[in-house]
Amino acid sequence: MIQQFIFYLFSAMAIATAAMVIISKSPVRAALFLVVTFIASAGLWILLQAEFLGLVLILVYVGAVMTLFLFVVMMLDMDGIELRSGFVQYLPFALIVLSVMLAFIILAVWHTSFGLGHANPSKETAAYNNIALLGSVLYTQYAYPFVLAGALLLLAIIAAISLTFRGTRNAKKQRVEWQVSVRAQDRLYKTSMKNEKRL
Amino acid sequence: MLLQLPRITPLFPEIFVLFMIAVVLLAGLFAKPRIAGRLTYLLTQTTLMGACILTFRFYDTETITTFNGMFIHDPLSQVSTLFVYVTTVFTLAYARQYIEERSIQQPEYYILTLFSVLGMMALISAGNFLSLYVSLELFSLPLYAMVALRRDLAAGSEAAMKYFITGAVASGMLLYGISMLFGTTNSLDLNVVASTTITLNPTMVIIYRFALVFIIAGVIFKLGAVPFHMWVPDVYQGAPTSVTLFISGAPKIAALALLFRLLTTALPSLHLQWTPILIAISITSMALGNLVAIVQTDLKRMLAYSSIAHMGYTLLGILTAGAVGYSAGLFYMISYSIMAVGAFGLLTLMSRAGVEVDKVGDLRGLNARNPWLALMMLFLMFSMAGLPPTVGFFAKLGVLQALIDAHLVWLAVLALIFAIIGAYYYIRVVKVMYFEEPDSQQLQPMQISGDMRFIISINGLGVLVLGLFPSALIDLCRSVF
Amino acid sequence: MDTIMNLLWIALKILAIVLPLTISVAYLTLAERKVIAYMHSRIGPNRVGFLGLLQPFADVLKLLLKEMVIPSQSNRYLFLAAPVLVLAPALAAWAVIPFSKGLVLANINAGLLYIFMMSSLSVYGVLIAGWASNSKYAMLGALRAAAQTVSYEIAMGFAFVGVLLAAGSMNLQTIVLAQSGNILHWYFLPLLPLFFVYWISGVAETNRHPFDMVEGESEIVAGFHVEYAGAGFALFFLAEYANMILISAVASLLFLGGWLSPFEGIPLLENVFAFVPGLVWFVLKMGFFLFLYIWLRATFPRYRYDQVMRLGWKVLIPITLIWIVVVSFAVKFNIGPWFNQAGV
Repeated sequence: MIQQFIFYLFSAMAIATAAMVIISKSPVRAALFLVVTFIASAGLWILLQAEFLGLVLILVYVGAVMTLFLFVVMMLDMDGIELRSGFVQYLPFALIVLSVMLAFIILAVWHTSFGLGHANPSKETAAYNNIALLGSVLYTQYAYPFVLAGALLLLAIIAAISLTFRGTRNAKKQRVEWQVSVRAQDRLYKTSMKNEKRL
Repeated sequence: MLLQLPRITPLFPEIFVLFMIAVVLLAGLFAKPRIAGRLTYLLTQTTLMGACILTFRFYDTETITTFNGMFIHDPLSQVSTLFVYVTTVFTLAYARQYIEERSIQQPEYYILTLFSVLGMMALISAGNFLSLYVSLELFSLPLYAMVALRRDLAAGSEAAMKYFITGAVASGMLLYGISMLFGTTNSLDLNVVASTTITLNPTMVIIYRFALVFIIAGVIFKLGAVPFHMWVPDVYQGAPTSVTLFISGAPKIAALALLFRLLTTALPSLHLQWTPILIAISITSMALGNLVAIVQTDLKRMLAYSSIAHMGYTLLGILTAGAVGYSAGLFYMISYSIMAVGAFGLLTLMSRAGVEVDKVGDLRGLNARNPWLALMMLFLMFSMAGLPPTVGFFAKLGVLQALIDAHLVWLAVLALIFAIIGAYYYIRVVKVMYFEEPDSQQLQPMQISGDMRFIISINGLGVLVLGLFPSALIDLCRSVF
Repeated sequence: MDTIMNLLWIALKILAIVLPLTISVAYLTLAERKVIAYMHSRIGPNRVGFLGLLQPFADVLKLLLKEMVIPSQSNRYLFLAAPVLVLAPALAAWAVIPFSKGLVLANINAGLLYIFMMSSLSVYGVLIAGWASNSKYAMLGALRAAAQTVSYEIAMGFAFVGVLLAAGSMNLQTIVLAQSGNILHWYFLPLLPLFFVYWISGVAETNRHPFDMVEGESEIVAGFHVEYAGAGFALFFLAEYANMILISAVASLLFLGGWLSPFEGIPLLENVFAFVPGLVWFVLKMGFFLFLYIWLRATFPRYRYDQVMRLGWKVLIPITLIWIVVVSFAVKFNIGPWFNQAGV
């Protein structure tokens, strides 16, 4: 009973906040709603006894990715109204695409994994260790894509740095020899300024 | 759980390249800035040649799958990767001087190239949607970054942005198609998907078809054929020529291999569905590519439209859904990438510090200044147009023959008409080079170092030699299927 | 009916954790003032109650009675939600902390990961507080907090990876029990670099001196909570100290053997101190770390911001990466005296 309650709670939360991501006017609010969506989906995962995936979703997406995302969104002074100027114009098209996609997802997975019967996970014993199981397939059966994904992450770092890094700046370096050899006339000079008008 | 080490010999080239990426990365980091560029260049070329040797050394004629079906090692993968190495070696040789003279960080260029090559190798050999998708990203992500690598070029950043966004949408579509297939077949393994889709459960067929459309859309984007061609001209024009050179060569082979994997390995039973889609794509690609190319004055843009047209011809071979057509398509793609790398390579060589050669008019009177380069360009242009003594002729011939064998004569006729239209703008380039007076300030011949001269000669003459003796390459492509 | 009783029972347990925690926070503030005072050769608060022992209650009362000011042009709901968002993860993380053998609210397999997740969530309150205040100092403080937390989280996560490699589990009880034997088996010895890295990044994660750029009184007034007064400020205060206690608790669990007695395995002393419950040892170890916090505050000047980033990315992360490799080899080849027990 309580599991069903939690399931409905988190599902409703995920759907509602996902809708709010699109609807809300300010980008910062949209990002915050996305955070809640992630947390709700993590809750659903934990309900399915996939605690590792749930926790990692929060850790990586909420704890790191969305933090930086918010960081950027807060710095940019984006005008929410201007951003959604084409919203109504594109809405019908978006709805058509959406309904087609939805129809095909339902058609594709309905017979295998839809219905509330699947929302109730099989009870595993306390010894069930999702992390150990995941690790044992990740490093054996899926070793090859795992390594490839590692290469992909390394590449992403290199690509990002090569596009943004513009050489080291030594501005913050303390140079003792400069400090010692400095002369008074390098630091101090007299200049004459006109008196500014007093208000 | 006891770990069973999977069979690892087929992966030696991949492992070697990944290892060498780390070496190049460290070399670029710790070498003195003065020599870092040259050092990483030499290491990168060594890597590619080493991988080439490894692929030769472990060449297998039978198909081996390893890592739980994640990795397919078959003649298709080996032939394709071989030509990926070859075109990349040529690409880097052409690009070296260009990037040395411009504000492009050299070690990064080589490292990103190597990463992309690794992604292509993995993509070509992918036996599972998971490894396929990850390697697809591994292969395209460096390309996006490379387009924007030249920072003082605003057009480059704009092109990179377009490329990245459309590429992300294409990846999303591919992924969506894959997810539909996964939903219906419950498997990510290409062979399992193939065996499951054979039994055409009527309610499932409609999902298969939609999955097919999304998957083809994703691949067509990577190939750059018509409904998803809009990035091609902008990216080719906006990117630094050295990067355009790379994009026009090896990635096309990899994208073709991706198409083979998805259509012939995973979904061969749906060929009645995908044939009409490919027919539509190839007709529109040939038409749009060839017609729009005529009005272009920017040489890079013209070659971009020509590449769209060539993708159309390549697809002609595949849509016949037979071994003859497949090998004709592969032959077409390999010869196209050799020609494209040669043509863009020539532009790269002629571009000097501060002077970009990218207009058709820039070639005016090339014969008077550098007769040898003009001759090479002549071969390349004739080959692209599909004129007889060159490899381009046999490529077109093979594709048309496959079409006639498949009783698609009307399509063959259509392709021929577009080829004749296309010949116009290739020959216009030749006319500009040979029959127009050079601009007065460009009278003196361009200085091109000996090694570059050697490489462009190999490339240009290669197009001719492969055209005179095409049987070896044709046999190689036939042996694959 | 059973379910409701169960829920009530859980609520009681939560109360049994949160109440002592709140009181500890109150007295931690007093301890901080007192310790720093003695380090400065002062006396510190000694007016309210005997030796100033009632000072924390006076402070709380003062804060609660003050007016809660909501700046105009601020985002009202987020402004009010932010202190709660800071406090909630700090309290929620305590759910998996084992105080003694079997004495834990939720004994879950991924306990370590859960704590890590909760500590990474606490940055949201700070970010939202900074943004909702509509003040440049608060905004700067929030941005600093985001960058700092994300940077130090990585080093902290790698320190955790070392511990879970050594213990072969993410369950905190298992991790503590894997350190049993004697004091030399505690992980602070084999994982010494990770221990230091964890502690430094723990200090940075709680935004305490010398990493308190988030508040940075001398540069950005008080950082993210500059606009808060009264109860909102009290909640931020509570959360900061609760986080300090949490980091100390995790440090004692992971590296100092949690509730294990330091005299374990020493022939005579083991029996003499056998009567002391594990909880006492645990609290003493936490006290040691809390004292370290205060000591650091009294000793070090504030870091410069670029140096904070340099320390996090260029010093701590490489150290952890190297030591993870070392630990993996030690575990793989059963190098004693730590990793040669069977079945670890």
